[in-house]
Amino acid sequence: MLSYAVFSGITLGGMYALVAMGLTLQYGVSRIMNLAYGELVVVASFAAFVLMTSAGINPVIGLLILIPASFALNWAIYRILLKPLVARAKNRGMLEVDSILATFGLLFIVQGVLLVWFGGNYYSYDFMNSAVNVFGAAIAANRLVALGFAVVIGLGFYLILTRTRIGTALRAVAVDPQSARLVAIDVNFAACFAFALGGAMAAIGGVLVSMFLTFSTSMGVVFTMKALIVVIMGGVGNILGALVAGLILGIAEALVATYIDPGLTIAVTYVIFLLVLLIKPSGLFGRATS
Amino acid sequence: MSAEILLSVSGLHKAFGGLIAVNQMQFDVHKGEILGLLGPNGSGKTTVMNLISGALPPNEGKVVLAGRDITSLPAHTISHAGIARTFQLVRILPDLDCIENIEAGLAFRPGPLWGDAAKLAARALLDRIGLADHAHTPAGDLTYIDQKRLELGRALALQPKLLLLDEWLAGLNPSELQEGIALVRKLKSEGLTIIMVEHVMDAIRSLCDRCVVMNTGTKIADGTPETVLADPEVIRAYLGDAHA
Amino acid sequence: MNIVTFKSDFIKPVILGAIIFAALAFLPSLVDSYYMSLAISITSFAILATAWAMFSGPTRYISLATVVFFGIGAYTVAVLGEILPFPVVLICAALAGTVLALLVGFSTLRLAGVYFVIFTFGLTELVRQVVSWYEVNVTRELGRYIFLDITQDDIYWQLLTLLAVLLLTGFILGRSRLGFALRIIGEDETVAKHCGINVTRVKVALFVLSAVFMTLTGAIMAPRWTYIDPVIAFNPMLSFQVVIMALLGGPRRLLGPILGVIPLTLLFEVLTANFPNHFSIMLGVTFMVIVYLLPGGVIGLYEKYGGPNKPSHPNGPPTTKEKTA
Repeated sequence: MLSYAVFSGITLGGMYALVAMGLTLQYGVSRIMNLAYGELVVVASFAAFVLMTSAGINPVIGLLILIPASFALNWAIYRILLKPLVARAKNRGMLEVDSILATFGLLFIVQGVLLVWFGGNYYSYDFMNSAVNVFGAAIAANRLVALGFAVVIGLGFYLILTRTRIGTALRAVAVDPQSARLVAIDVNFAACFAFALGGAMAAIGGVLVSMFLTFSTSMGVVFTMKALIVVIMGGVGNILGALVAGLILGIAEALVATYIDPGLTIAVTYVIFLLVLLIKPSGLFGRATS
Repeated sequence: MSAEILLSVSGLHKAFGGLIAVNQMQFDVHKGEILGLLGPNGSGKTTVMNLISGALPPNEGKVVLAGRDITSLPAHTISHAGIARTFQLVRILPDLDCIENIEAGLAFRPGPLWGDAAKLAARALLDRIGLADHAHTPAGDLTYIDQKRLELGRALALQPKLLLLDEWLAGLNPSELQEGIALVRKLKSEGLTIIMVEHVMDAIRSLCDRCVVMNTGTKIADGTPETVLADPEVIRAYLGDAHA
Repeated sequence: MNIVTFKSDFIKPVILGAIIFAALAFLPSLVDSYYMSLAISITSFAILATAWAMFSGPTRYISLATVVFFGIGAYTVAVLGEILPFPVVLICAALAGTVLALLVGFSTLRLAGVYFVIFTFGLTELVRQVVSWYEVNVTRELGRYIFLDITQDDIYWQLLTLLAVLLLTGFILGRSRLGFALRIIGEDETVAKHCGINVTRVKVALFVLSAVFMTLTGAIMAPRWTYIDPVIAFNPMLSFQVVIMALLGGPRRLLGPILGVIPLTLLFEVLTANFPNHFSIMLGVTFMVIVYLLPGGVIGLYEKYGGPNKPSHPNGPPTTKEKTA
């Protein structure tokens, strides 16, 4: 039972880490605190569901459609909705508040649309549901596939950020937009690109999660919350931090769900969040700001 | 100088990540004197001011004000203990008018003033710093020099034992500079103790009783303005080896 | 020297307010129960939005947890309503709100605003889950019935009294040192600290004050439902509505939020009646329109175009600030 709990914690934690990486990109580079982020995760879950059930396209192939689609969608969201806020904000604090308010509105719109289409029930679909034996625990194959994809995509994402020109530009903007401008980095483009890429990560997370978990229209807030907590725990902008924090959260949740009560997973998340806030608000790996 | 020691700083140390901003700083300030804190840009002067005023906690070391250990106390407690400051980049309360800006200093000090008493005291202070005509002007609409005056007024409203001026004279034109120097001299003659971070040599020569010079976080000289400004190590710090 | 003008400055609005509230108290004898229920909605939202703005307006910390306090008030009544006399129940509710607000305040308000937003954002979900868990595992009943001998008119009068107390509190606060400290913090937190203001304590005090009013509103409104469960009592939509109303009206003036409450309560009434399934979408759209087109709220517009004593910087929406130390 323990190895099952730990394994399901690792799968879950991998998803959290993946989703949180996208959020840390949106917040760290684009300076948008996106409260509708989790809604994008849920939208992707439902999109994968529709592709699978009505067109017979399995979610792995679905990723090939949904990644570019969500990238484009988030690009459009940034261009149309957020760019005007960036333009009118006098400082970072104002942008932060405006983006919180605007995406808070977006959250209710997206949730409302999903509710009209799908209602409030829980959904799931059958995909590679056969059990595979891993270290003595029977694990559903879909979980292994999801975890595998999370690892590959997370790694690829890390390499893009650290090894490519555009990745370096994004990291430069995250550290200091003013100076980045001085070395001829197009900050507006970088912000837009980072937002779109972050949105694509959310979509990947949503598709992968839908392979092995049930989901509902109201789960977005929970995803946003967990992603935010992982970002803060790992230190804003810190990719490896997000990975470790995601795993900690996932495993803690799985252990509590297995041994205490599945109804208390959010409480666990919050206890961890509170501890981080009280002990080290700059994150597990964040440096104290000067 | 035989005057008693008001502020004593010892072994003060502050690092940001791997960068050591202040390294084993040690100096005393006597009651009633003006101490100049000099050094090239980035030498850690403002960090020292932040450590003394409680804006940042030091990693190590001690700050003692009039015999009381104030190391690592929160900024508002240090303010209550008797240290007021201005900021390198002037910080006024832009949406509040000048009277309210001064009242901000009066209302939360030990022995606070509020209501009519505060209004009266604020007007008197505005008069003293030459802003009597701007009582109801929003501070954000003032000129640069007037904002600097207002910021000083707010610091004085706290009735500090020790005033920290962080490049308060920077960016003024020659006639404004003379006014500024006169104002600081008047404060000294009223018995106030001041630490000023400054680059303007005229001001340093005419105002400071003593100077501490910093370079890369460390103290490299301590003495009268004439001696420290002639010190080869100070010249090297500012101008490089060729001039020493 | 200004004692006389100060006094009339103070007394005139108070007398005017007292007259208006006295007149409003006669409403139940004038209108039928449909309009009474509308009046109750408006009054309760007026309290929630004003209480929200009392803290979030000057400090610019956006709280997304209004319904947490509201729901805790409602639950206190559901649990204790039949055991203790109603006034004692209200005191218990206020205490429960205070304890939670202190907890949230001290753990988040010393940090940058964004931590506070995130914390309050998820708090509703947390409290709902914990209450559900408790009810399912300990009491073994998910919902609770509230049968109290309290009429619709009683609820209205209680809310009206609470609103009067809140506005008086806000009015006094605006003239007090605490209120002044709050304005300084809103302008520049670093300066506030160096002026000798214990910034965290002021913020927590205001947050608690605002939370107590929210909790009491929930407690007073509870008898109206007769049945509550965690999903009804902790509906995040309520927090959202309150933020929209306060922003529409203008969160940085005492009476600003009420200007937003009246039109939006009426709008929500129309929307729930005509588009029950699309309510959330409509709400989101309304919210976006306000954020994009009316960043200073109705009051901001009034001050910008032709109002007396225009501020030099029109009231923007509240902004969180970055931590500087």
